[in-house]
Amino acid sequence: MKQFSYRHTKESELMANLDAAAKEQAELSEEELFSFAEFNAAEVERTGYSNYSYWRSTLRAFLKNKAAVALLALLVLLLLFTFIQPYLPGQYDPNEIINDASGMQYRNVPPGGQFLLGTNSIGQDLWARIWAGTRTSLFIGLVVAIVEALIGITVGVIWGYVRKADVILTEIYNIIDNIPNTIVLILISYILKPGIKTLIFAMCLTGWIQMARFIRNQILIIRDRDYNVASRCLGTPTWKIMVKNLLPYLVSVIMLRMALTIPGAIGSEVFVTYIGLGLPVDVPSLGNLINEGRALITSPALRYQLLYPTIILSFVTISFYIIGNAFSDAADPKNHV
Amino acid sequence: MFKYLCKRIGRSLLTLVIILIIVFSLLRLMPIEGYFPNYEKMTPQQIQVGLREMGLTDPLPQQIVRFFGDLLKGDLGTSRIYRANVPVSEVLADKVPISIKLGVLSMLVSLCLGIPLGALMARYKFRFFDKLGTLFIICIEAVPAAIYFLYIQLYGTQLLDVGLLFDAGNPRCWILPVFSMSLYNISFYGMWLRRYMVDESNKDYVKLARAKGVSESGVMFKHIFRNAFVPLAQYIPTAFLNTVIGSIYIESLYSIPGMGGLLVTVVKKHDNTMVQGIVLLYACVGVIGLLLGDLLMVLFDPRISLGKKEGDR
Repeated sequence: MKQFSYRHTKESELMANLDAAAKEQAELSEEELFSFAEFNAAEVERTGYSNYSYWRSTLRAFLKNKAAVALLALLVLLLLFTFIQPYLPGQYDPNEIINDASGMQYRNVPPGGQFLLGTNSIGQDLWARIWAGTRTSLFIGLVVAIVEALIGITVGVIWGYVRKADVILTEIYNIIDNIPNTIVLILISYILKPGIKTLIFAMCLTGWIQMARFIRNQILIIRDRDYNVASRCLGTPTWKIMVKNLLPYLVSVIMLRMALTIPGAIGSEVFVTYIGLGLPVDVPSLGNLINEGRALITSPALRYQLLYPTIILSFVTISFYIIGNAFSDAADPKNHV
Repeated sequence: MFKYLCKRIGRSLLTLVIILIIVFSLLRLMPIEGYFPNYEKMTPQQIQVGLREMGLTDPLPQQIVRFFGDLLKGDLGTSRIYRANVPVSEVLADKVPISIKLGVLSMLVSLCLGIPLGALMARYKFRFFDKLGTLFIICIEAVPAAIYFLYIQLYGTQLLDVGLLFDAGNPRCWILPVFSMSLYNISFYGMWLRRYMVDESNKDYVKLARAKGVSESGVMFKHIFRNAFVPLAQYIPTAFLNTVIGSIYIESLYSIPGMGGLLVTVVKKHDNTMVQGIVLLYACVGVIGLLLGDLLMVLFDPRISLGKKEGDR
């Protein structure tokens, strides 16, 4: 409804401009009517001018979704905090094993008091580990999303534009799509040395093909539409057609894929760590923390070690999912005026 | 029809062979510790002799040809560490039936729960039930499966009063693994069925049905549901793959003696031949699953023309 009313105001504004112009015309005398008018830039702008800007409309549509905006604000705060946290006073190193005065380790100290979220089974501060883990997991997610987007967009554009490449790339797609992703993930992690780089490599190895396929389908649909043919006939350079005509239709798809890749990558990290091929224990990640917490679920008093990492992880993944969907709706030109 | 079937099966076979070659070549890069049960105590000469005996020093094409020859005889190699000197196929033979049973049950459960979910969400669009369902779908889609599987195991076993670990003889032990495995597909079916039903409900024939006085539930189930269900068939292959992947996690979480749990075990024990056998088996399952899904889709939807399908897949 809101969009409709917005269009309505736009239309009435235009009508008012036209009316004003017509009235001015009527007031002119015969002589003035048939004399040459001087060119006046301001007059030209008055009618038929649209101040439509793709990004401004996207932003406006996104801001209408209150829940997504609130989640985005919270997520940005959380992101900032993961970076600020090590510099706050009184923080422990995530890998430091903390001893008390008599040299005994603080094992499984419950939350509260000296340790905000307690300690784990070998005496490391859970608070520090959770934030370091969030940092690692978000880093993996973001890198995977960006790499997949870069490869996917490049290949997708070639796939969609070059007709000869279509056959070959479609065959490659059919092959890659037939292997379950998880199997590739397990295989690569098993062959290579465990670490952040291996994980990122394994996730990007097949992930880009989905993005490329989305881009290819979009480009196939819109590349020969009338307005693009018209642009080409008018001699618009290809890069301008890409940026002005095609990109607005692709932004929504790209953003959605990227936003959904991040929770997916974080989830894969948890999975790979669970089967024993993930990051080494001295690199805290949400997967590592959840795995450590899982080992202790049989004793109810220690379940906080599983609970806190899962809360953070669920919050991050759900936020990315909702924000991604909201932004992709907002970025779709069909949902603009 | 027959021509299409032959073509489709031929393509699947070709894909399968290519995948097997890729995976097999990749697996040659596996750390060589995984071929010997007592690697630390061996001298370099012994390792070289051992590798040559297994034919691992031969050039890659020769190994591939021999591998396919063995495969036709049903020989997947011999386990070295997990169960010393027992053929992989023999180890797998006891495990596969349990996995199949689990997978089939979970597919059935997800269809039985996911379709009513989607239909009810579309029926009560933008009302309370729809919002509740959307919340459920967002949670399942966004939160990694690893987490809710853990909590289901933790609190579900208390609720049902069963142990944390699986016992094939006790039917109550099957409830939680099957339910956990179905969750993702339930939300998957629910989401897509709702979307298709909402799309259908804006079409003219539905308006006509309403105008001539068909009751609301009649419109929903006789007109909208039947048309919306057809495109859903194309998600069966994906749902099948989801189940396959879910099984790896679920089986090892509940210690179910199936194929997925076995994969996790042998990965942890670094038994190369076992890893190779299971990974190749999973690759086959993926290809065959997609093939069956495609054929099912043809059966479900008479409107899909058989010849034209190649281009748009």
